[in-house]
Amino acid sequence: MRQPAPSAFDPLRFFELRYASHGTRLGIGYRTHGPDWAELELPYREDMIGDPASGVLASGPILALMDMATAVSVWLRAGAFVPQATLDLRIDYLRPATPGRTVVGRGECYRLTRSIAFVRGQAHDGDPDDPIAHVAGTFMATERYR
Amino acid sequence: MILPPYAELLGLTVEPGERAPVLVMPFGDGVLGRPGFLHGGAIGGLLEMAAVGALWQALGSDQTQVKPINLTVDYMRGGRDKPTRARGAVTRLGTRVANVEAIAWQDEPDRPIAAARMNYLIVR
Repeated sequence: MRQPAPSAFDPLRFFELRYASHGTRLGIGYRTHGPDWAELELPYREDMIGDPASGVLASGPILALMDMATAVSVWLRAGAFVPQATLDLRIDYLRPATPGRTVVGRGECYRLTRSIAFVRGQAHDGDPDDPIAHVAGTFMATERYR
Repeated sequence: MILPPYAELLGLTVEPGERAPVLVMPFGDGVLGRPGFLHGGAIGGLLEMAAVGALWQALGSDQTQVKPINLTVDYMRGGRDKPTRARGAVTRLGTRVANVEAIAWQDEPDRPIAAARMNYLIVR
């Protein structure tokens, strides 16, 4: 199988240069990446709990994590930071995240056109074979991707 | 409506409504995406809290546990530097599953910045 060339976009540098935003407020951080995918992490924190009785994280921070992981995967595939907006995002919550565990979100851009990026991804809390969420969505370039 | 810690993180406040509460999210760094615009994740989180608020009101109890099964968000306009409001509507309330829709707007409810559909599992 042909391996895609490494991306010219450097997500590590992008995360180092980040300004105060929803991502920093939630504590979302960089983990690893490939030519058209990125893995980000969301460490567990009590101020993101959605169900105080169980301590389970709210679904919103997981959606935000997957929005960012898939957005970064688009920049990797495009080879540059391109201003873009989320057009739609669909998430299936497969099971609750285990309280105390860091959530890892992997996003992949599986098709890129001049104006639209198609993405998918999964989140897990330790075992990639036992995912907590699955997403599919599209982004639109404010100008164009290429 | 008792708000969980995550709703406090978003800075949400509740305006009671006849059919469903309206949730208000102030603009700020904590909900910022690209410079000058709301983060899609924060808008989605607001829509989910509005959906849960509508569901609790339909159930007549905010003690009933509801679990999100899925969520689909359409983002229609960029969220600017002003408060955002969201309201949910229960389209079907079953014994085990509820279908809920929600919209988020800034100026007029008929000019939404985002809309969502979701399914919830009702734990009775």
